[in-house]
Amino acid sequence: MKMDPMHQFAVEPLGSTAPLFQIAGHPIYFTNQSLWMFIVVGSITLFMAIAMSKRSLVPTRMQSMAEISYEFVANMIGTASGEDGMKFFPFVFTLFMFVLFSNFLGLLPGSFTVTSQIAVTFALAAVVVLMVIITGFIAHGIGFLKLFVPKAPLLLLFLLVPIEVISFLTRPISLSVRLFANMLAGHTMLKVFASFVIMLGGAGGILSVLSIAPFFLIVAITALELLVAFLQAYVFAILTCIYIGEALHLHDNH
Amino acid sequence: MDLHAAKMIGAGLACIALVGAGIGIGNVFGSYLEGALRNPGAAATQTTNLLLGFALCEATGLFGLVIALIILFT
Repeated sequence: MKMDPMHQFAVEPLGSTAPLFQIAGHPIYFTNQSLWMFIVVGSITLFMAIAMSKRSLVPTRMQSMAEISYEFVANMIGTASGEDGMKFFPFVFTLFMFVLFSNFLGLLPGSFTVTSQIAVTFALAAVVVLMVIITGFIAHGIGFLKLFVPKAPLLLLFLLVPIEVISFLTRPISLSVRLFANMLAGHTMLKVFASFVIMLGGAGGILSVLSIAPFFLIVAITALELLVAFLQAYVFAILTCIYIGEALHLHDNH
Repeated sequence: MDLHAAKMIGAGLACIALVGAGIGIGNVFGSYLEGALRNPGAAATQTTNLLLGFALCEATGLFGLVIALIILFT
């Protein structure tokens, strides 16, 4: 029996195999990935709506969870982008909650992790970098290109400016691949250890008793994955804030 | 050597990148611990930088893992 840890990442059309509609010759299906994206957005909306339904001055437990998430992101933007970065609060909050909830919901058994697809994470990272570039050009006009010119003697600049440009252009790649690879690696590891449990359990005799050991390892790795889910959402959001802060303030205190 | 064997060897070699990730993450947390034990009051102000540094180090190692998966599955 072939056990394939990569099968959990397959995107398959749900229900009928007929496409919903076509865009420029490409058929658009309703896949399991679309279903889970709807579930993520629905649960964020439900959580926020129910938690804040009674706006009491002294918060209840549910309301304080929503307020904690709000203040967490607000502090993040305040420290990383300064006070005029606060107008990006809805954008960063949406990004943070989407990545957080899709990472967490992917840990439920039998679910599909939306952020384990490079298509999804690359789309998010591309939106972030586009936002940074557009903000920079609106705030500084053509002077935004001074971001690539650090304070250095002229001869070093011939080396430094191409390095700065290349490191700016790899930002969408590093942002998307960081999130994608963390989610992919975590879930693949869980599946591989699960296959160890099954193989040891089916081997009979003393080995069936030993199959409890990979099971405890799966529990420990799931705890690690909970931490990684939160951390990756936090790092995505804070790097977004740092890039936006750089676009707004160029090199003010570097 | 047939293609499948070469793919397996390539994927295994690409995972050597994770050595760098291990050293880097150990370095980041070690420096944080050393600084925090000398100056406990200032430790809380650096947790943001700690988590950011950890994630950037981990990402660099995982880039190697992604290359290994690309080699293995395409």
